[in-house]
Amino acid sequence: MTHHQVELTVNGSKVSMQVEPRQSLADALRSQLGLTGTHLGCEHGVCGACTIIVDGEPVRGCLMLGVQAEGAEVLTVEGVSPSEGLSPIQEALREHHGLQCGFCTPGMVMALHHLFTITPSPSEDEINEAISGQLCRCTGYQGIVSAAKAVAQKQRENRSHDTTVNGKENSCRSA
Amino acid sequence: MKPAPFEYHAPRTVEAALDLLESEGPDARVIAGGQSLVPMLALRLARPEALIDLNRIPELSGIRKEGSTIHIGAMTRQAHALASSLVFEQLPLLHYGLEHVGHPPTRARGTIGGSLSHADPAAETPAVMLAYQARMVLRSKQGERVIPAEEFTFGTFETALEEGEILTEIRVDARPEEGTSLVELSRRRGDFAMASAAARMSLAEDGTCASAHLIIGAVAPVPLRFDAVTDALKGRTITESLVREAVELMDLDQFEFDNVDISLAYRRKIGPVLAERALLQAFNRAEGLRK
Ligand code: FES
Ligand code: FES
Repeated sequence: MTHHQVELTVNGSKVSMQVEPRQSLADALRSQLGLTGTHLGCEHGVCGACTIIVDGEPVRGCLMLGVQAEGAEVLTVEGVSPSEGLSPIQEALREHHGLQCGFCTPGMVMALHHLFTITPSPSEDEINEAISGQLCRCTGYQGIVSAAKAVAQKQRENRSHDTTVNGKENSCRSA
Repeated sequence: MKPAPFEYHAPRTVEAALDLLESEGPDARVIAGGQSLVPMLALRLARPEALIDLNRIPELSGIRKEGSTIHIGAMTRQAHALASSLVFEQLPLLHYGLEHVGHPPTRARGTIGGSLSHADPAAETPAVMLAYQARMVLRSKQGERVIPAEEFTFGTFETALEEGEILTEIRVDARPEEGTSLVELSRRRGDFAMASAAARMSLAEDGTCASAHLIIGAVAPVPLRFDAVTDALKGRTITESLVREAVELMDLDQFEFDNVDISLAYRRKIGPVLAERALLQAFNRAEGLRK
């Protein structure tokens, strides 16, 4: 079987990895690049633990092959975590008991990261939809949803603060 | 890593993909979005010798309108079609169907053509395409043929695709004037349906039903059409009681699936209920368009 050399960008850095075609992208990130933040639960598309962002879209890292990532821009949980401390999403998950064993957490963080990138202050429905593909066997989801709502609330406050600082009203923003 | 080993090819054109399909022979498989095939590889339900990846072929994706026909490239992502205003305005049933397909991360990779070619009986896209009487464009080294949706899907995971052939495009007549609805029952959001109902309805000047279509999915190897129900609605003023009477005309003997967890009897119970909901919602949306 032929191995393939794949060039891609991961968390902003250009990297090259040698993969077997049957290796999933999540598998390759973990074993070839040592980025073990991305978890593999089921390895067949059911649990969402492996969720990463590829070219701006959330995808299941176990349902993409490493070879398919040639030229792609990949963002993993390592890429959204500050070098020290926690990101606002991670902080909120801790604050609101959004994790217990933590196995689903990297996938949750990435799904929420994508949600907050495209929808700065999402509704509860939008939060539910965004994490609908992420299974958590511990928390019962309430804590995760509360965490996401808290982040949304903070973003709203920050933005209305921005508006007053700028001294102008912006109805689109506050909508 | 769970799949058995295979070789991998990423052609850049349909021509190159067809050449590979021929040279690699019957043990090669085409991969589209991979949201069904990769799990099958992982579970070793599929053990191809080689994968021919269609993801690098730009000519296979995109949605465009030509005259009154919408052309959907087979590799168009489900997420893209779901977000498309062209789809929402011209083929609303496809939009409503896609809302039920998986989750944001699976729709970001999953494709319209991949779902059709996989032909899972519980999938929404085959039911939608049947409801729209879409045409499937199949290409092989021998050329191109176009077949109607009802001849494309003919069994559980079975389609009219022959060896060496690829589904390249789906053509659907634009239907901006209709009310549509797709409702289903599933255990969890985004999960496969236990039964689904897809309905289209257009209204005449006087507000009576001019035309309607009803398709029930996930209850038999292929989605089922129930013309007896919609025939009973044509030319009539739609009311809840009329729709309730009409769905009684469903021939429930056509339902086949009987599983340990979801019995045939249960499917026969929910089928007419979903049909009624879909037809009424389609009617309400059609009314909304007239205002
Ligand atoms: S590991 Fe990818 S969905 Fe479970
Ligand atoms: S915290 Fe254990 S699976 Fe979610």
